[in-house]
Formats: sequence, C-alpha cells, structure tokens
Amino acid sequence: MALKIVKGSIDRMFDKNLQDLVRGIRNHKEDEAKYISTCIDEIKQELKQDNIAVKANAVCKLTYLQMLGYDVSWAAFNIVEVMSSSKFTYKRIGYLAASQCFHESTDVIMLTTNQIRKDLSSPNQYDTGVALTGLSCFVTPDLARDLANDIMTLMSHTKPYIRKKAVLIMYKVFLKYPESLRPAFPRLKEKLEDPDPGVQSAAVNVICELARRNPKNYLSLAPLFFKLMTSSTNNWVLIKIIKLFGALTPLEPRLGKKLIEPLTNLIHSTSAMSLLYECVNTVIAVLISLSSGMPNHSASIQLCVQKLRILIEDSDQNLKYLGLLAMSKILKTHPKSVQSHKDLILQCLDDKDESIRLRALDLLYGMVSKKNLMEIVKKLMLHVDKAEGTTYRDELLTKIIDICSQSNYQYITNFEWYISILVELTRLEGTRHGHLIASQMLDVAIRVKAIRAFAVAQMATLLDNAHLLTGNTQRNGICEVLYAAAWICGEFSEHLENPMQTLEAMLRPKVATLPGHIQAVYVQNAAKLFATVLRSQEGNTEGTAAQETSQLMIDRLPLFVQSANLEVQERASCILQLVKYIQKLQQKDVEVAEEVNALFAGELNPVAPKAQKKVPVPEGLDLDAWINEPPSESESEDEKPKAIFAKEEPKHSRPRHTEVDEKELARRREARKQEQANNPFYIKASPSSQKVYQDAPGVEHIPVVQIDLSVPLKVPGLPMSDQYVKLEEERRQKERAEKKKKEKKKRKEKRSGRGKKHDSGPESEEDITPAHMVDIVTEEMPENALPSDDDDKDPNDPHKALDIDLDKPLADSEKLPVRSHRPTEAPKSPAEDGDTESAAPQEPKKKSSKEKKEKKKDKEKDRKKSSKHKKKKQKKEKEEKEKKKKKKHHHHHHHSDGGGDESVQNGTVEEEEEPLPPMSNYCLLAENSYIKMVCDIQGNLQDGSQVVVSVIFENKCDSFLKSMEFNVLDSLNSKLQRPEGAGPHDGLTVPFQLPPGVSNEARFVFTVQSIVMPQKLKGTLTFIVKNEDSSTHEKLDFKLHFTCTSYLITTPCYSDAFAKLLESGDLKCSSVRLEGVNMPFHHLLARICFHHHFSVVERIDSCASMYSRSIQGHHVCLLVKTADQTVSIDAKCDEPSLLGNVLDEIKQTFSQC
Amino acid sequence: MIKAILIFNNHGKPRLSKFYEHYSEDTEQQIIRETFHLVSKRDENVCNFLEGGMLIGGSDNKLIYRHYATLYFVFCVDSSESELGILDLIQVFVETLDKCFENVCELDLIFHVDKAGIAGAPARAVSAVKNMNLPEMPRNINIGDISIKVPNLPSFK
Repeated sequence: MALKIVKGSIDRMFDKNLQDLVRGIRNHKEDEAKYISTCIDEIKQELKQDNIAVKANAVCKLTYLQMLGYDVSWAAFNIVEVMSSSKFTYKRIGYLAASQCFHESTDVIMLTTNQIRKDLSSPNQYDTGVALTGLSCFVTPDLARDLANDIMTLMSHTKPYIRKKAVLIMYKVFLKYPESLRPAFPRLKEKLEDPDPGVQSAAVNVICELARRNPKNYLSLAPLFFKLMTSSTNNWVLIKIIKLFGALTPLEPRLGKKLIEPLTNLIHSTSAMSLLYECVNTVIAVLISLSSGMPNHSASIQLCVQKLRILIEDSDQNLKYLGLLAMSKILKTHPKSVQSHKDLILQCLDDKDESIRLRALDLLYGMVSKKNLMEIVKKLMLHVDKAEGTTYRDELLTKIIDICSQSNYQYITNFEWYISILVELTRLEGTRHGHLIASQMLDVAIRVKAIRAFAVAQMATLLDNAHLLTGNTQRNGICEVLYAAAWICGEFSEHLENPMQTLEAMLRPKVATLPGHIQAVYVQNAAKLFATVLRSQEGNTEGTAAQETSQLMIDRLPLFVQSANLEVQERASCILQLVKYIQKLQQKDVEVAEEVNALFAGELNPVAPKAQKKVPVPEGLDLDAWINEPPSESESEDEKPKAIFAKEEPKHSRPRHTEVDEKELARRREARKQEQANNPFYIKASPSSQKVYQDAPGVEHIPVVQIDLSVPLKVPGLPMSDQYVKLEEERRQKERAEKKKKEKKKRKEKRSGRGKKHDSGPESEEDITPAHMVDIVTEEMPENALPSDDDDKDPNDPHKALDIDLDKPLADSEKLPVRSHRPTEAPKSPAEDGDTESAAPQEPKKKSSKEKKEKKKDKEKDRKKSSKHKKKKQKKEKEEKEKKKKKKHHHHHHHSDGGGDESVQNGTVEEEEEPLPPMSNYCLLAENSYIKMVCDIQGNLQDGSQVVVSVIFENKCDSFLKSMEFNVLDSLNSKLQRPEGAGPHDGLTVPFQLPPGVSNEARFVFTVQSIVMPQKLKGTLTFIVKNEDSSTHEKLDFKLHFTCTSYLITTPCYSDAFAKLLESGDLKCSSVRLEGVNMPFHHLLARICFHHHFSVVERIDSCASMYSRSIQGHHVCLLVKTADQTVSIDAKCDEPSLLGNVLDEIKQTFSQC
Repeated sequence: MIKAILIFNNHGKPRLSKFYEHYSEDTEQQIIRETFHLVSKRDENVCNFLEGGMLIGGSDNKLIYRHYATLYFVFCVDSSESELGILDLIQVFVETLDKCFENVCELDLIFHVDKAGIAGAPARAVSAVKNMNLPEMPRNINIGDISIKVPNLPSFK
C-alpha cells in the first residue's frame, strides 16, 4: 500500500503539468494536432488513477485544451469528481472546467446538485464563491429549482463577497426557473439598498437586466431608482440606472418629464464621458416618448445635439462613433435638428475609419430632401469611385439605393437622373449587389410609366455593351443587371429605337457564358423582341426582312437549346419550334405578326411582395376538400399553356370576388386603403392609378401622362448623371419663374394627380415639382387582404417567461422549493389573511401549491385552537363567503343529495367543492427550547428498499446553531445510509447552519428490508449553540416512526386496471368500520389521499374506490363508503399484514380528529 | 450583459476565452477566428467598436476591443452595457493582470492560464470595477504605464 502511494507520487513527478503542456504545444508547432492527441491519451491515463491531485492536474490540462477547441465532454464525470474534492485548489480547478464545458445537455450535471449545495453552505467563503461562479455558467432548470432557496439564503450572507455573487447569479436562476422570480424579488429589491456598494451595484445590474426585457413590470420601482440616481455617485450604477430609465420612459411619459431636469444637470456637471453619453441617450429616449405630447423641449434637444456635436468633433474615434450613433436616434423624431449639422456628417464621410463612415451614411438617410438628394448622391458617387475596400463600397451602393428609393421614391424628382445613377453604378467593379441594382431598374421601369422609353434606351445600351460587364469573371455580381436590362427591353420593346439591333445583341454567342437564369430571361425576351420586330417589318416591307429575322432566330437559338441549364433549354426549344412554325407560315405568305404579338399581349403589374401571403381564404372554402371527386379522366381544356409566364391580365387575378356583393367590396377596399395608409410597409397608391385598375381593364386605356420634354430623353453613350444635376437646376429655375403664373392651377393638379405620398413634404419641398409627372403604379394587393405583420418575437426567448407581474403581493403558495417539492414552513408570521390563498396566479405545479396551502391552513388551525369560539365563527364566515356561489351549506352528508352523477377519477379530490380542511404530512419529531424538528417520511419509488426522511430544523432561540449532527440507532430492519467509510454508529452532519429564527430542511435516506410492519427508531441530534460570548453543546433525542403508510406511494390507477386487479383474486381482504366520523365525504377522501398516499380511482356519490402501491410493489385497494357518520372501508392487498397495519393507521388518523 | 470575453494574440491564437453562453467547441473556435479577422484588419487609430452582427446571439451585440502589444482583448456585450464603460473595464482588467503578474505579457497568460484562476478574473474585475468610482480614464494607455491604482481585489492565489 505504502509502496503504491510512493510509486504514485513518483509517477506524478513525471506527469506533465499545464505549463509543460503549453510548452510542449509551443515546441510542436508543425504537428500540434498529433502532439495534443498523445497528450489527451496521457490525460486519459491520469484520469484513471485514484489520486485526486493527478486527476485535478489532468482536468486542468483539459480545460486548456477545451479553450483550444478540443471536445472534452467525455471527461465530464471526472470533472465532477474534482469538483467534489475537499481541497479548495482542486475544487476550483473542477469548477473552472465545469464552467467551461458543462451545459444543459450534460447529463452528469444532475449528480452535482448535492455537491453544489454543500459548497454553497460551506463555512469557507471561497468555496461558496467558487460554487456560485461556476454555477452561473452551467445552471440548468433543475439546478435552478433545487438550489434557488439556498442561493436566496446566500443573498443575506454576512460577507458582501458572497452576497454580491448570490445576487448576480439570481438572474441566471430567474432565466432558468421563472417561478422563482416573484418569491425572490422582495429580497432582491432590499439589496438595492445594501450598505455594500458592490452588492448594491449587483442588484441594480440584475434588475436592470430584467427590466430591459419586460419594462412594464418594473415601473413601480421607478421612484426607488430615481432616488438612487439622485443620490448615487457611482458612475457604473448611474449608467445602468439611466439606461434603465431609457427603457421605462416609453411606457410612462410622466416619468420622462421628471427625468429631464436631473439628467440635464448631470449632462452639465459630469466629467465622465461615458455617463454624459448615456444621459444624452436617455434624454433622447425621453424626448422621443414625449415628442407627441410636449412641444417645448427644443432646449433639451438643442443641448443633446450640441453635446453630440462635441463628441463627434472629438479626436477620439470612439466618441465620434458614439456621437453619430446617438445622432441617428434623434434623427428619427427630430430630423430638423440633425439636418443643421449636415456639414459635420458629410465631413465624417471622409473619415479614415470605416465604422464612422458607415454611421455617417446611416445618418445621411434621414437628411435628404428633394432639394439636396442629387447633391448628396453625387457626393456619395465620388466616394464610390474613391473607396478602396469592396465592403465599404458595397455599403455605399446599398445606401445610395436606399436613400433614393426611400418612402416610395419620395425625394426623386427626376427619374431619368436616377436611371443614369443606376447605370453608372453598374460600372462598379466586383460588387455583390448586382441584383439590388437590377431590382431597382425593374421596379422603376415597371412602376414609373413615364420613364419607360428612357429606361429602355438605356437598357439597350447596356445590352449592347454587355461585354463590359461580363468581360471580367471577377465582376460576376454585376451581370445580374443584364437580367433587368433584357427583361425591360423585351417587355417594353415598343419603346425601342432599334429593336433589331437589340435582338442581335441578345442573341450573341457570348450570352451563353452568363448564368442560367439570365440566359433564360434573354431567350424569353428575345422572343418578345422578335414579335415586335416582326410587326414593324411586316407592316412596311415585303416579307424578306421578316423572314431574315426568323432565320436569325433559328440560327442562334440552337446554342441555347444545348444549354446545361434546364430552364434555358426548355424555353429555347419551345421558342425555336415556334419560330420554325412561324417561318413556315411566312414562306406561305401568311401574316403572322398580329398573332405572334398576341402571345405577349397584356400588361404585367407589379405585385406586392406579401400579396400572396395575404390572400384571405374566402368563407366556406375548404382547401383540403376535393373540388371534384378525384377524377379518373382529367380534363385539361381550362389550363392555359401560357400561365407559366404569368401573363394573366389583371381581371383574371380575381375571379373569386364574384360572390361578394358590391357594397361589401367597397367597404373592404376602403378598409384596406385605410390600413395601407397607416402601414409604412405598403407602397401607397396614387389615386389615379388606382382608378385605372378598377375602371379600365385594357392596357390601352391607362392614361400615361404626357411628358414635358424639357430634358432630352436620349443621351448618347452611357449616361452621366451629372448632367442631369445641371439640367435639373436649370429646370427648377425656369419653373420658379413660371411658378407665379401657374401657381393656382398647379396646386390643384398636385392634389389630384400626385396623391397622398407627396403631401407629407414640407411646403418648401412642394415647390420643386418633378421633372415630369410621375405616375407611379401601385403594387397589387389582393382585395380585403388580412391585416397582419405578425409579431416576430422569438418564441424561444427566455425572457418571455420572465414577464411576470411583480407588484402583486406574494401569495402564500409562492415560495421557493426547499430540497423537495415540500416547502419548509416559514417562521410564524402574525395574522395572515386567510383569503390571500385564493390568489395564487402563476403556480407551476398545482398539486404542490395545494399542499402548501393546506399546510398553511394547518398552521392557522393550530393557532386558532386556543380561541375556539373565534375560530368557529371565522371559519363559518369564510366558508359562507366561498359558498355564495354554490348555495350550499356545510354539512358532511350533503353530498349524497347533490346529484348522482358526480364522479371523480384519478387523483385527489377536486378542491372546488368545499374548502378542504387543513392538513400536513409533517409531524413533530422532537422539540426543545433551541430547536424544533418536524419530519415527513416518504418511500423512494426508484429503490424499493429506501425511505427518505425529510426533516425541517427550525431554530427557535436567539443564538446561532451549528455543527448539527443527526444520528439514529439502526435496527436490523432499518438502517440510516451513511457515506462510504463512515462507521455504523457515526452521525450525519447536517449540511447547513441555522441563524436565529431560520428553518431549513435536510433529507436522510434509510434502507429498509421488510415494509410490512411499522418501525420505530431512536435517534439523537447534537448541535452547538453559539452565542456572542459562549457556545454550548446541546442534544435532543427523538423517535422516528416509520409507519406502513410511509411505504406507500401515491400512484394513479385507471378504473379498468383497478377492476382487473380486483378480479385477479390474488388479493386478501380485510375491512374496518369507523364510527362517528363527522366530516364531508370529500374531506374524508382527501385525508386518506393526503395522509396515506392513496389516489381516488373512482367516486360515485358517497362511495369511492382508492388505490395505492408500496415501494416494493404491493397493491393496496380500498372501497370507502359512508352513511350516517359511519365509514366502512373494505380493503384488499396482496400482503395481509401490511394491509392490517395500514388500516390501523387510517383508523388512528380519523380517531384523532 | 457581457456575452463573451476573448483574448487572442496578433495571429489569432486564443489565449483566453470565456463564453457566458454555451456553444460547441467548434462554434467557439469559429467565433474566435471570425472575431480575429474582423478585429485584426482594423487600424490602430480607429474606433474600438464593431458591430458584431451575427457572431454571438444577434444584432443587439457589439464587439468592444482593445489592442495591447501582442494581444487583443475583445468583449462581446449587448446593448445594456455602456460602450465606454466596457473600454474602461478592459483597461482595469489588463491592469489587474499586470498587477498579478508584474508586467504582464502574453507569455504570462500562456503559462499561467490556471494559476490566475483566470477565467474567473474577468468576472472579478467586473465586480471590482463596479465597486470603485471610476474617474474617466485616459485612453490608449500603454500596458506598462499604469496610471491608476487598482483596487484591492480578492487575492488570486
């Protein structure tokens, strides 16, 4: 043995410690992975040894490897071993490893509960501290539930070091076990005024963190925080509180008004930038919340903006960044005050720091107006040219598009300019945002009818110069714009100057190198162009030109027919066949142009992105039902072969409205318009276009407003947006001159023609009219679309569960669980209102709450015994109150005439009928002037030979009780389970100490062999009573009574299983009669259920069958009948002596009352 | 709340990492790598905040970092923390390390990961900082040049 130890310690000397491991890793730079795998093998060997020091060393190394990214979950059990070491240095290593790699699905965590509890109650504050720190990292719902009470006790620890940690970890406990929030909150609130600033700050932190997620529940704390804010000098606490107020003000504007003054004072007085910044932030939040109600805060706004300007002008980049960040918050509500600092923000765009440039870009978004849009975008375009990093350039690009397209292109007065900007953007190298530009091009071309001709011309140029965009493989992103270009040229081909040239451009062999989806669009739109070309050619010359065009198609299309992309292939083959057919007809001199054009007739309308989702299911339509019986012969005459191209005319999209009458339709339309007007996500309709939809089905009737051609539509080559800026200036000047003359007329026009979306602009903005009247087509939405915009709250957000009302007074049932599901009895509190019991709103486990209530009542009963008269009166009053609803009076036999069909199954009797009498399972074990012990004995279902005794120790004196030791003289049949290595007569240390007036619960496990007979065990509790000046050794003897009832476990049983059991004939019968039982039947049942662990199988009138099971699997069945104060119990069980004892105990229970 | 504390060197080697939410080892390493890429390409004289994006738990979070000699100290925090406060916190953290190791350098962290009980250290530093009433700290201090007294911390040994 000794040799082994020596050998072990010699081995240890050669073991690697962490330093060696680190050094080794550094020395094996080339084959690090290999080296580490050999190390892990060594560690595995070390973990197999018994020596805890070796294990701790191994775990320590594992912790380091875990940080390097190696999975060490396989060592979880060893980590638990090291955690439970009694030596702090090892324990700490264990907890560190656990905090690094344990998580909710680590299964060994359940093994740690008792260890952690022991450490939490350790007299060494560092043990407690390390356990708290570790627990905060891996707390699970189970751990949180089991340890909540222990941690709550620690919140009142004498050492601030522990209090602080306990307060902080409560936050994690709340997250995992939300039920603990209400019971723990009063104490947490107390800690806000803790004498130790660290604890105070911890409490502020926890409450702020909670309040941030569910601010409305914490409004009542505002006065307290307000006091703290004005009194505290700790900047950290102040920052937190001020941030919290920022979250609270939107809910309570009155609070905001009160805050302005102290915050302003702080802003003026503090020298700490961080505090200043947070104050400004909160003032902004206050002003935002007040913005509707109070106009007179321009001074505060000015102060904020002015302070922010100082921040932005600071040379410290961090302050600059934060200043811009806060500025963007003001922007939302007070854009005017920010706009005056445009110079500063534009200057920030030139900053060398990308983060700052990005922030400044965000701000630009809100600063544009009709007047300065062109100027700002011009500046941005310059930046685009200069920008070196692609990410920043991409960001610029998206910002330009955002700024221009915001609120439905509100600020764009000249769409030709915008198209030119888009085209210029296509020249960016290597951008990822080709699709964004493309979708803008499509959007503008489709929705702004007046611009189509110009757009088509530009797109045709783009197509002609496609090689510029596709030449370099690096620029792949940008070729997306060709998608838009091809589609626009095809769809609006009537505007093309030279369709033939574009058609040729689209059929170039080079196209085959483009991505598949773009080729597909090319092919499809080539067909559209072909139709247009045919019409023009057939019209004015003899057939040869048209035939040549067909030949061109037939020559070029086979290239696409061979494409690997299925869609390209399919479309190309379809169209190729079509063209071949057309060619045949042409050779016979048939006029085909009209018919070919008919293929592509009709207008494509923009559809709102959410339209599909919003189509409501009409009443009476069952989508799952067969419309026709599943047909054997499918008739396909209704199918439209062209549906794939989505060519349906507007009319077709809503045949389902036929059944809705006109009035209803109008009403819904009105409602929808209303909704759209209020919803920023909808693109709003200008009334004129709305009318177009409803009145004129044909495209021809859409009144496209005539364009005043003050701007040349055709720009040779690629456009330069700059020239539009100039032209725009000239135009505006001209307009201003004309304005006076036209003013009256224009106003009218504006109102009717431009609709809602332009009305929002300020008066000065209105003066700038767009270059041409823009008829923006709305996106289509289905009629009577459902109002939605679903809450996108994450259902998994742990904070949702913490949305708990904290102002309600605590109900008695709301207590933290202590050790088991049975709570301790709180120290006696004077005069508690019996009626509060009714308000137990958020109770997770109904059953346990019921038990708690019952115990509560029990106590009351004890107290009232002394004054019996009073009690009776009270009880009657109370019962009458509750019975008002039911109009029943309390007499025990009233139930028999209450109606024959009452039947209760499985489980304890329902509570509603009449208030249940108070009951408790805890019975007095022993008591003296120092301490009181009550206990409850429960069988352990998992282990047929175990009984768990839960003892609540209550300190009755004014002294501190410690070093409690619980010992029992074992019998042959029953033995106290002692830890390994302890002698058979050693006592068990109670794992806690008791401050005055405090009670706590400990559990002890006994093994029993036979359970058919009751048992009595003698035991002693020894403890030290510690006063300020002296400490004495005391002891208390007790007798533990293991009744047969305690071996029974409440087990639900269904009536059919119960009947089978009785029929089986294996059970022995016995019966007992109880005389003079004066209580309602359901009380009687409840008593049996509660005290003797039975469950009701079935109850009919005054007769009930009940069931229970012993820990060793004996079935016990009862049939309970009552008539005239006599209760007869027939019982069956497979173990007659057990049954006899149980019945005796039941009898005793009722004789006591 | 602080979501994670990462310390890595100029080459992206993790020297100390502490995640306050659970991630798998692979994800943790990936987060460290990505953070390193974000942080390392920034100049010395730009601001110390980075919008972390989706790195850890969503857009509410920010990366706040400081670069000292060969080490990057990165804190990932959510919006309930004061940005400037965290910067100060990093400073105090580094000073604490400096005090523990007497002129802390990267090697100290490498060789004494356990000794300093170091994973716990950030949390302790947090509470320590929160205890004291911080004057606004001079920014961009060099690591050897300590201008503030570090408060009495519970001993690490």
